[in-house]
Amino acid sequence: MAQMTADGLVFGYSNDASSPPPSFIVELTEFSGPLDLLLTLIREEQVDIYDIPIARVAEQFLARIRTMPLNDAADYLEMAARLLRIKAQMLLPRGDGGEAWDDPRAELVRRLLEYQQMREVVDVLERAGEERRSRFARAYIPLAAAPPEAPLALSLSELLAAVDRILRTTKDPALHDVIARSVDVPGAITLIRTLLALRARAMWTDIVARDAEPWQILSTLLGLLEMAKLGECKVQQPRPFANVEITSDAASEAA
Amino acid sequence: MTPLAKLLEAALFASARPIPTDELAALDAESSKAAIAAALDEVREHYDVDGHGVELVEIGGGWQILTRAEYTEAIERAQLASRPARLSAAALETLALIAYRQPLGRAEIEEIRGVSVGSVLKSLHERGLIDVVGRGEGMGRPLLYGTTPIFLEYFALRHLEELPRSDELAVALRAEPRPL
Repeated sequence: MAQMTADGLVFGYSNDASSPPPSFIVELTEFSGPLDLLLTLIREEQVDIYDIPIARVAEQFLARIRTMPLNDAADYLEMAARLLRIKAQMLLPRGDGGEAWDDPRAELVRRLLEYQQMREVVDVLERAGEERRSRFARAYIPLAAAPPEAPLALSLSELLAAVDRILRTTKDPALHDVIARSVDVPGAITLIRTLLALRARAMWTDIVARDAEPWQILSTLLGLLEMAKLGECKVQQPRPFANVEITSDAASEAA
Repeated sequence: MTPLAKLLEAALFASARPIPTDELAALDAESSKAAIAAALDEVREHYDVDGHGVELVEIGGGWQILTRAEYTEAIERAQLASRPARLSAAALETLALIAYRQPLGRAEIEEIRGVSVGSVLKSLHERGLIDVVGRGEGMGRPLLYGTTPIFLEYFALRHLEELPRSDELAVALRAEPRPL
């Protein structure tokens, strides 16, 4: 006889007496109901379905459902009670041999056979379903017409409450003080003139400091354009984003 | 292929569900039932003989073009389509009973399966595999369930009779256990 323990019955749970049962078990039992469990036991014990050793099977049954979480065990407990009742009935004296004896197991046998037959159909369905699953149909999905929008039903107080909610969630607008900084074009022109007086050629990076502020850069650019317009200097850039070369007009003429 | 076979093929290609034979017949009012059947045979043979990646399958009294099983894995790997989820053992058991004994009430299913089936019935109903087909006699006039066309589609059955007859099953139902 096979040693019956709960091992392998519920995943991740051992029937070891030293470890207390966990408070929560993800139910992964391989049985779909008490009849399934009963049939499994009968198969494992290799006993005749028409002559079930009720005492032994009932004992195995109880041993197995002991490991189940109570919620799932409810259906099984009903069967356990039934088994124990049949077991008790089997112990009653059968009376004289001449009288017909109603086997208390008869109803159980009928149900087991019925269940077993259903399982055969399940096998057929499972195979058919698996075959269909392995083939795809066209996945065209007709466009469903959009459901009409429900008319707006709103009371004034609801509307006001909604406005209130929105106002509560809106943050105060962030206001920035912008200080106008005047662009100093004449100053820039003076600077460039001074530089070009000292040397005939200057680079953009020479007249604009690395840490120059935007207004200084803008001043220099405007000043430079103004001087180029007046013909005081020439501005050249060999390619986009390259350094700009500034030459005094006199120097270029000399060259 | 004949023009009629081409017409049927186009209609079958455009449809995501099996098309019942009478709807196929409505595509061409001039054609007789026999002509439609011959044209369907033509399409099916065309796919089978010439070796196509799809085949014509009869399901639930209708016809549908399905991909061949050998390409399923590649199609799924490429995430072009995915197989529907498998039904649980509880769902299959419940379906098996309803398929054989419809119309069938919840109490009878629970009696045979030995477990409560409320949630299983609900999900089967939501998936359209079963439907309420009537009400039983007796207390509370219980709802009776039956299978739907989607049931046949799900298992690619032509009709319910394609399931094995109860007397063909290995374990026949016996009114009385054999004498001890």
